Amino acid sequence: MTPAGLPHLKDGPGAPAAVLAALRDTWSDPPGLYGWLAAINHKTIAIRFVVMTLVFFLLGGFIALLMRLQLATPNANWVNPRLYNQLFTMHGTTMMFLFAVPVMQAIAGWLVPLMIGTRSVAFPRMNAFAFWVFTFGGVFLFVGFFAGAGPDTGWFSYPPLASSNYSPGKGVDVWAQMITFTELAALLEAVILITTILKLRAPGMTLARMPLFVWATLVTQFMVMFAMPAVMLGSTGLILDRLVGTHFYNPAHGGDVLLWQHLFWFFGHPEVYLIFIPPLGFISTIVSTFSGRPVFGYRAMVLSLIATAFLAFGLWVHHMFATNLPEVGKSFFTAASLAIAVPSAIQIFCWIATLGLGRIRLKVPLLFVLAFFFILVLGGLTGIMLGAVPLDLQLHDTYFVVAHLHYVLMGGAVFPLFGAIHYWFPKATGRMLDERLGRWQFWLFFIGFNVTFFPMHVLGLHGMPRRVYTYGADMGWGGLNMLATAGAFCIAASVLVFLWNILASRRHGAAAAADPWGSGTLEWSVSSPPPPHNFDALPVVYSADPLWSAPGSPARVSGLAADAREVLTTSVADALPDGRPLFPSPSIWPLASAFAVSVLFVGSVFDPWAVVWFALPVVIAVIGWFWPKSGETERALALEKKP
Amino acid sequence: METQQSESLKAWPGTVCIVAAMCLVTGGPALAGGAQDALDPAGYQAAQILALWNLTLVVCCAVFAMVLAALVVAIWRGRSKRAASAATERKVGRWVGGAAVLSALLLTGLIGADVATDRALSRLPESDALHITMTGQQWWWESRYAPSSEGPAFSTAGELHVPVGRTVVVTLLSADVIHTFWVPNLHGKKDMLPGRPTTITLRADEPGRFRGQCAEFCGTEHALMAFGVVADMPDDYLRWRHAQQAPAPVPTSPDALRGQAIFMNSACAGCHTVRGTDATGTIGPDLTHLASRPHIAAGSAPNTAENLERWVRNPGVIKPGAAMPGSALSASDLADLVAYLRGLT
Repeated sequence: MTPAGLPHLKDGPGAPAAVLAALRDTWSDPPGLYGWLAAINHKTIAIRFVVMTLVFFLLGGFIALLMRLQLATPNANWVNPRLYNQLFTMHGTTMMFLFAVPVMQAIAGWLVPLMIGTRSVAFPRMNAFAFWVFTFGGVFLFVGFFAGAGPDTGWFSYPPLASSNYSPGKGVDVWAQMITFTELAALLEAVILITTILKLRAPGMTLARMPLFVWATLVTQFMVMFAMPAVMLGSTGLILDRLVGTHFYNPAHGGDVLLWQHLFWFFGHPEVYLIFIPPLGFISTIVSTFSGRPVFGYRAMVLSLIATAFLAFGLWVHHMFATNLPEVGKSFFTAASLAIAVPSAIQIFCWIATLGLGRIRLKVPLLFVLAFFFILVLGGLTGIMLGAVPLDLQLHDTYFVVAHLHYVLMGGAVFPLFGAIHYWFPKATGRMLDERLGRWQFWLFFIGFNVTFFPMHVLGLHGMPRRVYTYGADMGWGGLNMLATAGAFCIAASVLVFLWNILASRRHGAAAAADPWGSGTLEWSVSSPPPPHNFDALPVVYSADPLWSAPGSPARVSGLAADAREVLTTSVADALPDGRPLFPSPSIWPLASAFAVSVLFVGSVFDPWAVVWFALPVVIAVIGWFWPKSGETERALALEKKP
Repeated sequence: METQQSESLKAWPGTVCIVAAMCLVTGGPALAGGAQDALDPAGYQAAQILALWNLTLVVCCAVFAMVLAALVVAIWRGRSKRAASAATERKVGRWVGGAAVLSALLLTGLIGADVATDRALSRLPESDALHITMTGQQWWWESRYAPSSEGPAFSTAGELHVPVGRTVVVTLLSADVIHTFWVPNLHGKKDMLPGRPTTITLRADEPGRFRGQCAEFCGTEHALMAFGVVADMPDDYLRWRHAQQAPAPVPTSPDALRGQAIFMNSACAGCHTVRGTDATGTIGPDLTHLASRPHIAAGSAPNTAENLERWVRNPGVIKPGAAMPGSALSASDLADLVAYLRGLT
C-alpha cells in the first residue's frame, strides 16, 4: 500500500537500529558546502549563532580595552576624540545589540527543544533566516566602522546630535540600519521560541511542569515582542529624518527630541530585562542541579518572572529624569523602579533557600552563580539609588551609572552566561571543560571585574561624567581610572583563559557522559552531544524534574515518522498531543532571502530608492522559499491518512 | 578538592576588602572635596541630595550585608550533608516570605524619602530670585543675566557668578544638540533641550569656586565642555556684576590698540561681541571681559597669554573639534591681538 519513498518507518521505545538510523538521517543537515549553507537543524544554527555573538563579545571587549587605555591617565593621547566617540558607541552597540540580547536567544534556540522534549524549534527555516540576517547586520556595522563610517553618537544616538545636521556622513545611518537588522532577527526569534515553547512541549509537560529556564525564555520573548517594535519605529524615524528629510525629531519643524528618548527607552529599559531574565533561568537550573533538589518556591519564581516583565515596561522614564518632567510623573516612575526590586529579591531569596536546603557541590558553574549573587545584588542596590529622582539627578550620566550597568549586565548576564557555558558545554560537545582552568577564569574574572567597575562608583560620585575621552589631571580622577584599567586587563586575561579552555577541551577534554552533573531536566536524558533528532523517542513527562522522578507509563511517545520530519504538537496549557505536522527540510532559500534583505537594508543607507529596486530580489527569494513542492504535499497527505 | 572549595569561599570577603581598600587608598585623598563633587555640597539642593544619599547608602549596605550573610549561612548548611525535612522547608518558606515583606517595606520607606526630597528640591522662595539664562552650544556655555534692580542685562561665557544665600533660577536653552547643565556641588542635572526650555532652581549656601560640566554626550568635544561657578558673598557678587555689565575697557598701550584694530578688521568681530565696540558677532562667546575669566574655551585651558596665542593660531590644538577657525596672523600681529584680549578686564 505504501508508495515507494513515502514514510513507513515509525519511531518508538526500543525501535530497531534501522529506525534510529533513519531518524538520524532525516534530521541531519545535508553534507558538503551546500549542506553547510542550507543547514536548518536547530542545534547547528544555534551553535553558529552563539559563536557569532561571542565573536562580537570579543570585539566589543577589545574596544573596551582601547577605551580603558585612553582613560588610564589624564590628558592621554592614545586615541583622538572622534575615534574615542566611535569606540564607546561601537562598544555599547555591540555589547547590547550584537551580544547580550541575541546570545540569550541563541542559547534558547539550542536548549529549549532539548529541555521540552522535541526535535526542532518551530519554523526551522525562519530560524536560519534570522541567524543570517543577524550576522549580516553585525558584519555590516563592523565593515562600516573599519571603512571609516563608524557611528559616533553613542549606542542611544539621541537626536538632534544624531541628525544629519550634526552628524553628517554615513555612521549614524549604518547604526540605524544595524538596529533594523538585529531587531528583525530578534522579533523572528521571539516568534520561533514562543511557538516552540507553547506548541512543541513533550506530552505531559504542562505549563506548571516547565523548567524555569523555559519559563524565563517564554517571558523574555513576549517582552521582545512588545519592546522591539518601539526601537524599530524609533530608528526608522531617525533614518527617515536623515535620508528623506522627515522631521520626527527636528524641533525646528515641529518634531520633538524627546520623542526619540521615549521610544528608545521604552525599548531600552525592558532590554535590560531581555538580557537579565534568561540568565535567571540559567541560575535556577544551575542552583537546582548543584543543590541536588528542585528550586524552592517554583510558583513564586514563575510569578516573579512574569511580574518583572510587566514592571519592566513601567520604568523607562527613569532614564530621563533630567529632562523636564512633572513631579507626579517622576514619583510614579520612582515607585515603579523600586517596585521591580521586589520580584528580583523574591527570586534571590528562593535560590538562597534552595542552596540552604540542598546538598551543595561547588563546581565551576555554581561559582559563577554565587558571584552573580554578590555582583547583581550590589548592582540592584545601586539601581535602587538611580531610581530615586534626587539621587539620579546627581548620578545620571556619570561613571556611577557605568559601574551600575556593568554590575547589573555583567553580574546579571555575563557571569551566569559563563556558568551556563561551563554547565552545558559537555552536552553540546560531548567534552567536559577543564575545572581547574574554569576556576582560574572565574577568579580572574571576579577580581578583575570588581577592580574595574567598583572604583567607577566612586569616580561618578566625585563628578566624573560618562562618555568623555579625557579629563584634566587636576580633577583627581587619575588613580581610580588607572586601577580600573588594570582590572580591565585582568578581565581580558580571564577571557583568554576561557577561550583556551574551550579550544583545548573541545579536542582533549574528558568525555562527557549523558548526565555528568546529575541534573533533572530532559536534555540530560540524551547522549552528549545529542543526536540530530534529539530524542530517539519523545519522552512523556510526569513531573517538573523528569530525570529525578520515577518514570510514568507510558514513558515514551511512539509512532512518529522516522523517515520524515514529523513532529508532535501539544496543547498550550496542558501539553496534550494535538497534531503531527511535517517540518520543512534544509534549504538554501533562507540564506538567499537573508542576503536579499540585507542588500536592501544596506542599499537604503545610500539611496532611498534602493528600498524599491532591491525589493525585487527579496520577493524572488521568498517565492523560491515558499514554492510548493508536490512531493512534500503527497508525503504529508500520506502521513495524515496512515498514522 | 574539599580544601580548594573552602578556600574559594574564604577568598570572597577578602576580595571585597582589597577592592574597597584600593579605592580608598588611591582615590580617597586625591578626591576629597573636589570642585566638581557630589559628595561635597555647597548648596541647598546638593545638601538635600547628599542627605538622601547617606540614608540610602546605609539602608543598601545593610541589605547587602544581610543578603550575603544569608548566602553564607545557606552555603554552610548546604555543605553539611543533612537532608531537609518538610518542617524545615516550611520554616524556610516563612523566612523567604518575611524577607520579601521586609524588602517591600524598606523600599516603600525609601520611596517616601525620595519623593519628600524631590519635593524639597523645588520649594525655594523665588520672590527675589536671580534670573539667568544659560545656553549650551557645541562646545561652550553662554550665560545671560536678566536685567534687574541691580542693573541691565549682560552676558558672559563659560562662567556663572551667583550670590550666596539667594535663590537662582537658571533657564536652560540649547542652540544645537542636547546638553546637560550640571554643577554637582550645588545641584543635580538638568537637560538643555532644543525646542524645550527648562529651568533649574538652585541656591549656594557657601562661598567658593566650583566646576560644572556638560553631562549629556554632545559630540566631538563633549569632554571639554565645562564652566566655572563662583559663589560670591552678596557684596562681591554686586561688584562683579557691575564690572561685567560695563562696556569693555578702552585699550591704552600701542600694541593693544593695534590688536584692537586687528580684531575689528578680521574675522574675529564677525563672531564675537565686545560691548562698546563695533564687534557684535553672536556666533562665539561675548569677549567684553574676557580677561576676568580664569579659563578659555569652556574650561579647556587656563586663561594665559600663551594659551590665548595657541588658541587663536589654531584652536584645534587645545580642542580638536572646536568650531573656531585658525588664523594666519604674523607673530607680531598675534602678540598685539593677545595684548588687546588680555586688556579686556
